[in-house]
Amino acid sequence: MITVGLDVGSTSAKAVVLQNCRILSTVIAPTGWSPREAGQAVMEQALAQAGMSREQVDKIVGTGYGRVSMDFLDKAVTEITCHALGANYYFKDNPMVIDIGGQDSKVICLTKEGKVTNFVMNDKCAAGTGRFLQVTINSLGLDLKELDSLPAAEPARINSMCTVFAESEVISLLAAGTAKEAIVAGLLAAIAKRVATMAGSVGVNGPITFTGGVAQCDTLRGLLAKELKTDIVVPPNPQIVGALGAALVAQG
Amino acid sequence: MDYREMWKALGLDLEKHDEFLAPVPGLFGDLFMTQPNRAQGMDYFNFVMSEVHGLRVKELVDLKQQGKKVVASFCVFVPEELVMATGGAAIGLCAGAQYAVPIGEKVLPRALCPLIKSSLGFKLGGICPYFEVSDYVVGETTCDGKKKAWEILNEYHPTYVMELPQKKGEADRALWVKEVEAFKAKVEAESGEQVTADSLAAAIKLANDRRRALQRLYNTRKVSPAPISGKDALLITQLAFFDDPARFTDKTNALCDELEARIAKGEGVVAEDAPRILITGTPMPLPSWKLHHVIEASGAVVVCEESCTGTRYFENLVDENATTLAGQLEALSKRALNINCACYTPNEGRIEDIIRLAKEYNVDGVVSYSLQFCQTYGIEAKKVEKALRAAGIPMIHIESDYSDEDMGQLQTRIEAFLEMIKG
Repeated sequence: MITVGLDVGSTSAKAVVLQNCRILSTVIAPTGWSPREAGQAVMEQALAQAGMSREQVDKIVGTGYGRVSMDFLDKAVTEITCHALGANYYFKDNPMVIDIGGQDSKVICLTKEGKVTNFVMNDKCAAGTGRFLQVTINSLGLDLKELDSLPAAEPARINSMCTVFAESEVISLLAAGTAKEAIVAGLLAAIAKRVATMAGSVGVNGPITFTGGVAQCDTLRGLLAKELKTDIVVPPNPQIVGALGAALVAQG
Repeated sequence: MDYREMWKALGLDLEKHDEFLAPVPGLFGDLFMTQPNRAQGMDYFNFVMSEVHGLRVKELVDLKQQGKKVVASFCVFVPEELVMATGGAAIGLCAGAQYAVPIGEKVLPRALCPLIKSSLGFKLGGICPYFEVSDYVVGETTCDGKKKAWEILNEYHPTYVMELPQKKGEADRALWVKEVEAFKAKVEAESGEQVTADSLAAAIKLANDRRRALQRLYNTRKVSPAPISGKDALLITQLAFFDDPARFTDKTNALCDELEARIAKGEGVVAEDAPRILITGTPMPLPSWKLHHVIEASGAVVVCEESCTGTRYFENLVDENATTLAGQLEALSKRALNINCACYTPNEGRIEDIIRLAKEYNVDGVVSYSLQFCQTYGIEAKKVEKALRAAGIPMIHIESDYSDEDMGQLQTRIEAFLEMIKG
């Protein structure tokens, strides 16, 4: 069975083409201003990469906040259900998923079959989300990919969790001569603390799968593991886990 | 009928009132009238909504012209029967409008329960004819927010505060009986009428009949497929607070006749496999329908509300067997202390109620709901969660307010919860 999973978020749109349980292709592209068009575009790209035509697709499932605008879906499913299934595809034994996306972060408890048993979300505020990191490291002239190659440093204290005020704090720290690596360490520590509190509220009782674009930052993974005193693993392409989950839902 | 003259005479701010009311018909149409297969008996309640600031207000204005009193209240503890016994009308005020919240924030802290802010906002904004037609408002010492807000409300409208006990022991029962007696004296002084055993007996029966009608309505929701939507049941409960008691009871019973006929035919308003949800928590006064709407638009059906706009309003009857005034007052006081509101401590009774109701209504999941900044229900939600998990009943906790800002977030959470329980 050929299925397509689409995850259209605030920042990026992801597509995964699945044949039974084999990933044929994955695509990530900026969402831009039209979630519907972004969904269509990444689907077409992914199908082309997989050497498939639209007619060969049995089912399309969409997730992410843009799912409501994609009228060509067979089904729309929340990103909570999809992230659980997608994470479970890689790490069946992990009872928890932490996903840090562009505009939200979530903690999901799941069974070995990938079924959700409990979840908690932060989607009302940018604190602890990709947006927080994006805004603050942009003001340092850095990119997410560069963070792991910075020299180790003692974290500078970042007091504000509010993205708007944290940006001001970062600029003040820079002006005072604080090293970029210290500021970055401080920002990552702030995110780790915020997300760890959320995970603590549902109870950590085993290894955790870390997904979402921000999971590409290994330094953050390490900080979270230290805060939560447990193993935290990242799947090969953490950003597409939601779309993979959607494609798995489509498999039935 | 044009009610502008009446509103003007009551002292409403006509411009703000127009602005406030303007979206209501459209909103009501979108949320309620688009529901498929609504019972015919809902026509009466549609009518009451269409006349929400009209006909009933006129009835109250006429009542006052006859020298009777209109006494307003918010919480379900107030012994309305005493007001009714003197020929007056007891009106529960609305407190669920976002429109009134910023107005309330002029005199109240921002980080306060939206229900309280909305309550005061209605008065300060001059947008509630029920407030204006009432002779005085009765508040109680329930939560800290309300307790202190009455002090401010009293600067704008005569406010009489009853001391509701914090606990349910012997001393507390004795305190509340004294408070009920004092309230009786207040009602008599204001109305110029004495409460007699006969007039009180009639009032108790009137109020109990209304409670029994709502019990009957809720009982129809225990069946699958549910013959009425949660939104409609909530609406009816909300309207019970201010509609004419005898007429309301009549119309609710007529609706129940129709619903029971539907049940006999196996006719429902949702598919038989639609997830059945119990909502427990803080009240949802008029015109707040947000949570019910999100849940039911996602394909589930709300079958019960463990709330003051729900079972806590009508589950307890007043004992009708007392024949003396003293006995009746004792019976009246008992009802308030049997309500399992989170303002009491401890409140294990509510946890038991929730588990019991979840089973009686055969629910697939429970939505625990608290208003933003609500300390009592917010804290108690942890106990509710623990008990539900131990009982193996799926649940999610939702915290919200009356604005539309969090619609997207609510939808995602509710949809994810429904996906979780559908399995």
